[in-house]
Amino acid sequence: MTIIDVRDLTRTYTSGKHKVEAVRGISFTVDKGQVVGFLGPNGAGKTTTLRMLTTLLKPTSGTAIVAGADLHADPLGVRRKIGYVAQSLGPVGSGLIVDSLVREELILQARLYRVPRQEAAARAEALIGQLELTGLEDRVVKTLSGGQRRRLDIALGLIHDPLVVFMDEPSAGLDPQSRYNLWEHIRRLRAERGTTVFLTTHNLDEADALCDRILVIDHGRIAAGGTPDELKDWVAGDVITIAVHDDVEAASLVLSDGPSVRKITAEENRLRLTVEQGKQALPTLLRLLDSAGIEIESINLSRPSLDDAFLTLTGRSLRDDTAPAPAAAPVPAQADT
Amino acid sequence: MAFIQDTLLLFRHHLRSVMRNPTWMIVGIIQPVMYLAFFGPLLTSIAGKGIPGFTAANAYNFFVPGLLVQLGLFSTAFVGFGIIADWRAGVIERLRVTPASRLAILAGRILINVLGLVIQSVVLLLAGLAFGLRAPVAGVFIGLGIIAIVAVSLAALSYTVGLLTKSEDVLAPSVNMLILPLMLLSGIMLPMTLGPGWLQGVARATPFRYVVDAIRSSFAGNYANHLLLEGICVSVGMAVVSLWLAGRVFTRLNA
Repeated sequence: MTIIDVRDLTRTYTSGKHKVEAVRGISFTVDKGQVVGFLGPNGAGKTTTLRMLTTLLKPTSGTAIVAGADLHADPLGVRRKIGYVAQSLGPVGSGLIVDSLVREELILQARLYRVPRQEAAARAEALIGQLELTGLEDRVVKTLSGGQRRRLDIALGLIHDPLVVFMDEPSAGLDPQSRYNLWEHIRRLRAERGTTVFLTTHNLDEADALCDRILVIDHGRIAAGGTPDELKDWVAGDVITIAVHDDVEAASLVLSDGPSVRKITAEENRLRLTVEQGKQALPTLLRLLDSAGIEIESINLSRPSLDDAFLTLTGRSLRDDTAPAPAAAPVPAQADT
Repeated sequence: MAFIQDTLLLFRHHLRSVMRNPTWMIVGIIQPVMYLAFFGPLLTSIAGKGIPGFTAANAYNFFVPGLLVQLGLFSTAFVGFGIIADWRAGVIERLRVTPASRLAILAGRILINVLGLVIQSVVLLLAGLAFGLRAPVAGVFIGLGIIAIVAVSLAALSYTVGLLTKSEDVLAPSVNMLILPLMLLSGIMLPMTLGPGWLQGVARATPFRYVVDAIRSSFAGNYANHLLLEGICVSVGMAVVSLWLAGRVFTRLNA
């Protein structure tokens, strides 16, 4: 069942005389209960897309149905069904929420979704436990550390048990243990509640470990989409390294007839094969060598990393972007309607 | 109604937060009380001497209404800073993606500001009473009502500018540049009728002039005159325009 259906969505910002096409016509669908990773370098259009899908930004053109509600015709219907965890933001300053407590914020957020008071309190309690906020319930929000603040942001986005959750770089600023905990939480949401999670990330390990599907966005366009494995296959194929005892050239000849072998390079007694479906091809390759009477010393199968895939797709490495950006004002672009 | 329900939810939430740290209220009241103590006595020597416009028999009946307006100006015109801080912390967007009425986000905050101002005003009135203010209770309530309506419009405008510019560096000078001349032209310290014709003319074109006159009139117990009517019309008119403007900014999709 499709829960997000995006058609030709575009967004153009005007700053002075310049027109910036942040999103240039993207279309995709997301099935219910999927965890989808939106992957792309800084400025690719990830946050702009997310802000459009969460009714914070009006699309320049295009349509989208989110959780059964049309973005244009029924933005309130969208808001009722979704949760949103914004990008990690600046510190809590001297606004009105300075002196409110962690628990109060959670309950208010639930109450704004019309969750009854008692249930709101119960959900706040449950999320406080699940997101390692225990002991911080009665702390004033402004005194939280960056990581604690981030976990509160995530709890606030989940408090009303939304059908679809949009998360903008949810794990940015979390330590490895909290990050792992967050992944577990997202997996549980999917397994136990069938929640659809749409997250942007810079972190390839996160995309690989967590996402059922990945959409790669670059320069405001969807560059590729598929499961993490599909993306890796599509781009590079697997690498099999076989070391043989003696006749490397004979082995090379035998293997070149093997299934889906794209490329073979020989180096000393080792052969490096690029193979489309490494796992499936491996038994056949071994059988070929065996029947030719070639003795194998060692064998290694490795998957290309998502970074390889990303590099091939966009010509840019994501790793360059993984350094945490300084806490800046969120999306300063002043949009015209 | 969803709007009222959400407004009350947010109002109560903000109230708890504000009550936890009420220092700002005390800070806001210090300035007008100082004026009352260190400037008010100077006026007592010129009261009742037939100076045009200075008709109040009692200097404090003249001066306290002016201080009320000054308090109203300074305690609500800068509330936009709060919304910039909350916006930067992601609070505003977090509220905007909920199904809560976007107008309630504005209304909940304005109610808090008005409540704060009314409390401060009562403190100022009590201090005025100690110095010698003598005004009918009904007149004082009318005055408080007018000042509350003025607070609504100023808070709404401040939030509008804050949310549009999202920059303290823009908000601070623009508010200062507006508030100071408007305050001086409203005749808080001395009657505007003392001034030359051109100054009176300029003052006639500014809103708080009418507000101060209306509150002075009600403090004097004169309810059925054009001054009170003008003051009420000006403050209500300003509130309607400001709320309409703020409502547009708060409900539009791209703010």
